[in-house]
Amino acid sequence: MKSLVIKDLHVNIGDREIIQGLSLEIECGKVHAIMGPNGSGKSTLSKVIAGHPDYTVTGGEVLMDGENILGMEPDERARKGIFLAFQYPMEVPGVTIANFLRAAVQARLPEGEELEATEYYYKLYEKMDLLEMNRAFTSRSVNEGFSGGEKKRCEILQMAMLEPKYAILDETDSGLDIDALKIVSHGVNVLRGPERGILLITHYQRLLDYIVPDYVHVMVAGKIVLSGGKELALELESKGYDWLTEEEPAAAV
Amino acid sequence: MTETTLDLDRSIGDFSYPEHHAFDAGYGLTPATVNYIADVKGEPDWIREFRLKALNVFESKPMPTHWASKDLETLEFDKIRYYLAHGQRPTRSWDDVPEDMKQTFERLGIPEQERKFLAGVEAQFDSEAVYSNIQKAIGDQGVIFTGSTEALIKYPEIFRKWFGKVIPTGDNKFSALNSAVFSGGSFIYVPPGVKVKHPLQAYFRINAENFGQFERTLIIADEGSELMYMEGCTAPKFETATLHSAVVELVAMKGAKIQYVTVQNWSSNVFNLVTKRGIAHEDAEIKWIDCNIGSRLTIKYPGVILKGRKARGEVVSIALASNGQHQDTGAKMIHAADETTSNIISKSISAGTGRATYRGLVHVPKHLKGCKNNTECDALLINTDSRTDTYPAITVRGTGNAVQHEASVSQISAEQIFYMQQRGLTEGQAMSLSVNGFVNDLVRQFPMEYSVELKRLIDLEMEGSVG
Repeated sequence: MKSLVIKDLHVNIGDREIIQGLSLEIECGKVHAIMGPNGSGKSTLSKVIAGHPDYTVTGGEVLMDGENILGMEPDERARKGIFLAFQYPMEVPGVTIANFLRAAVQARLPEGEELEATEYYYKLYEKMDLLEMNRAFTSRSVNEGFSGGEKKRCEILQMAMLEPKYAILDETDSGLDIDALKIVSHGVNVLRGPERGILLITHYQRLLDYIVPDYVHVMVAGKIVLSGGKELALELESKGYDWLTEEEPAAAV
Repeated sequence: MTETTLDLDRSIGDFSYPEHHAFDAGYGLTPATVNYIADVKGEPDWIREFRLKALNVFESKPMPTHWASKDLETLEFDKIRYYLAHGQRPTRSWDDVPEDMKQTFERLGIPEQERKFLAGVEAQFDSEAVYSNIQKAIGDQGVIFTGSTEALIKYPEIFRKWFGKVIPTGDNKFSALNSAVFSGGSFIYVPPGVKVKHPLQAYFRINAENFGQFERTLIIADEGSELMYMEGCTAPKFETATLHSAVVELVAMKGAKIQYVTVQNWSSNVFNLVTKRGIAHEDAEIKWIDCNIGSRLTIKYPGVILKGRKARGEVVSIALASNGQHQDTGAKMIHAADETTSNIISKSISAGTGRATYRGLVHVPKHLKGCKNNTECDALLINTDSRTDTYPAITVRGTGNAVQHEASVSQISAEQIFYMQQRGLTEGQAMSLSVNGFVNDLVRQFPMEYSVELKRLIDLEMEGSVG
């Protein structure tokens, strides 16, 4: 069974425990959504899976198709198939999207093998057509001077090119107006498929109108407190998070 | 970047052949050394006198202590050999070049580049050129491309008029040293109106240890002519210091254009102390495109004296200082006529314990009108112990002149590296790509063949400075 399994994960930043025993399984072909109030540890979870050096894992495992990835460098995890669409994508001044992606694709080839430029551009343009993007876009420097919407589209294009096994989208909807949200959601939807597991992290139900998840989880104070189907998102929309947080008010950060 | 036409990478340059020099001036520098060089080269008396005078100037000048670099004091002038040659005249055919030298340049890819995109090549091995050739069509237009020794004998009337005039012997201690013991380097004369389409290239190779290479280059572009000259340099990595101290003089007559491109890739034991300057006459343009990678210490400030009305000067420079290296580079723009303009764009990268220093001199005297200077210098620091310094000296007097100066220092953030690693790049690859991005706009100004190679050189340097 191909899946990304998070088992009883505990994570600290400094002395503070942010994730407190979280378990979750994301199967290939499924879309899971994690919702939760601000400060519940949603973004931390995404960064820990990607291997951000600021966080310390104090317990638990993250298994990708059975292999524990927690000891790996971020780039090794990425090459094995983990992709994180950032909430705040970084600028890479002077490096065009085309060159950046080319380096990323090249990094996935076996040592000594050189990327074939024509094939690469063929694939790049194919993906851009799929995402309905203007070709001029990739000659701009990565995220430099981009609007919020452009940054998120750039993330989705990278995801399309790198074809990850497991993609985590961290607050992809934040800062997007409705038109941009539709475009980005369209991109994610075309990248859904049996060979890919997707984890959507969002604060608002709105995104889930456009990307309909298979499962919805509620994260509060570093733990999954409730899981259900897509209808759970609607329930949260009407009831808010308060009824879930009351049980453990002291742990909220 | 599947195709690399220039192989200047350190690992490729890091080899040497056994020495068997027919002419060796020995260690140390005395009048006897200078006389030996003049004898071997069979030079006229005026050059011998010029050399001996220069030796006096060299000895009387103190080391440039104001340059903060204590490292210069470790140079031991009496432990250096000042002239090493095989006794060959430069040939016009690679087949006639002695085998080990030919192999050297073949391993560096020079003959191949010549076939591909160059109008002429001169290849210097230690003190003397072993190969010098120019495309027949260009020679037929009256373009002269030869070594400095041949030039001063064969073309004394042009050579003598400009030799030592742009950079006088006493300009600094190292220009005096070069004037005393110079050997090799290029002499180029482009007749009025001739536009040389393809670049002329010189390649300077140091093969011997404890050796000083002192090439002397003089380029004269006559009225309305145009020329691009490129120089590349490598040396194997020896345990002890090697000295490279060149003097390069450019003269652009009315309306002429000279572009001088340098990609140096010295190994980290080389002291690279070079004086480069050009005179731009009326409506002429001199552009230095300078890339300094490698060496232990580089001190180099290409300059332009804007002598004629509407003359233009430009310095575009990239410096990369990695562990234990100091790149002390910059530019000098001396405005000496109305409506002259100068532009300086400098980008430096300091990695590991590397140190990059920018020194800029812009001088506009009071009586001039309509002069403009623009200076931009940006520094990028890679590690916390990397260092950068900027010393701009701008004197603009009078009214009606405009100067603009911008400087920035930036660092590649840990978040940026994490972002790039998340896409699958190793930390080293992420660093290289970021650095390439930083200099990208300048790299584009280099000829294509060089810009590809530059990227590769930066990658190689960055690989060694992370992890």
